[in-house]
Amino acid sequence: MTQLVNTQINGDAVGFACEIDETLLDVLRNRVGLSGAKEGCGTGDCGACSVILDGTLVCSCLVLGVEAEGRKVETVEGLSDGADLHPLQTKFIEHAALQCGICTPGFLMAAKALLKNNPDPTEEEIRYALAGNLCRCTGYDKIVRAVQATAADMRGS
Amino acid sequence: MVRYEAPQTTPEAIALLASAKGRVHILAGGTDLIVRMKGEYIEPDVIVDIKRIKSMQSIRKTAAGTSIGAAATCGSMGRHKALKKAWPGVVEAANLIGSDQIQGRCTIVGNLCNASPAADSIPALIAAGAQALVIGPKGERLLDVDKIPTGPGKNSLKKGEMVVSIELPARAPRSADAYLRFTPRTEMDIAVVSAAVNLTIDKKSVITEARVVLGAVAITAIRVPAAEAALIGNTLDEATLAAVAEACSAACNPINDKRGTVEYRTRVAGVLAKRAAQSAWARAGGKA
Repeated sequence: MTQLVNTQINGDAVGFACEIDETLLDVLRNRVGLSGAKEGCGTGDCGACSVILDGTLVCSCLVLGVEAEGRKVETVEGLSDGADLHPLQTKFIEHAALQCGICTPGFLMAAKALLKNNPDPTEEEIRYALAGNLCRCTGYDKIVRAVQATAADMRGS
Repeated sequence: MVRYEAPQTTPEAIALLASAKGRVHILAGGTDLIVRMKGEYIEPDVIVDIKRIKSMQSIRKTAAGTSIGAAATCGSMGRHKALKKAWPGVVEAANLIGSDQIQGRCTIVGNLCNASPAADSIPALIAAGAQALVIGPKGERLLDVDKIPTGPGKNSLKKGEMVVSIELPARAPRSADAYLRFTPRTEMDIAVVSAAVNLTIDKKSVITEARVVLGAVAITAIRVPAAEAALIGNTLDEATLAAVAEACSAACNPINDKRGTVEYRTRVAGVLAKRAAQSAWARAGGKA
């Protein structure tokens, strides 16, 4: 049984029809055409599908599409302003904080959620905040450095 | 064919649970439910999403203490200053579950009803003397939380019943709790052993009330009356701590698996209980 869902994705009103047992991740990728969020594990362990739902960081693989009715979804596609990259994206490139790139959208969204609540995180706070995101190729140091550099940049220091 | 319902009020939710045919599952955080659906361990006929019910989202002060709604996320518990001050052990247990992504969705009621022997919030809730408000077709009942889990993945709720909130008692002066778990990694792991201690001390730092609970060392979280008896009437001196550790190790009946042997879990249970007691005692203002 499909259900019609009206939601807001990256500031735009979006309507879609989905099956009840279809996850928000599958809806974003297969029905809305936003393939930034990735499926790594599909069980909430790897964070590659991280999106921000009504201001809260979640794994979109553990949210049903129908739950998005009337809510606001932010995905990695909404980070840049047209061709202008978000500071996190710029710093990830500068610090070579990605290799294969599968985990990157999830890390960017998790880092965005962190910096919104904590503009000046310690390294330890960054590592805890990103503990739900797994990377198997670049390693975490470059990612942590990129987030630290972004935080400093966004604070204007 | 699965049906999705998102009622706006508790009575609507209860009516749905009572009338729905087939397998009915409650969706709060979904961090267990959706994983099980995907793995085809469960195939719901009806999913009742309780997150649209305002009272289920709330954490509020009541005449009797604090009430935590069934859809209040563990993350929201960590941001609730008054709750954290009154029940630091319950909050630290809730906040140990999963990542930030999981914290944004998961709930202690879900953790309780899923009834994992290694659940983080259950030992802390039992130590706190928390009760679960259960509503069903026959009305309401308040159950001590340790009456909900009956074994791994099994709970005592009857058809049509749901836990709508966790009720924490009011705090006596000089009371505090603490929760500790052992995991090989610092984050994103499941307790190999865990311990929760809740205690009250008098003005001379003598312990007047104590509850000691262990997790992941039996089919459900277990209270350790011998450890509680060892604490009551004493300060937290070496002899008392040794007696607590000994009583806790003696109470263990753990499984042997790749994450910990029987011997290891038994030994570590005593160590963690001791440290949790020290933490709770210090938080309550205890002085040697």
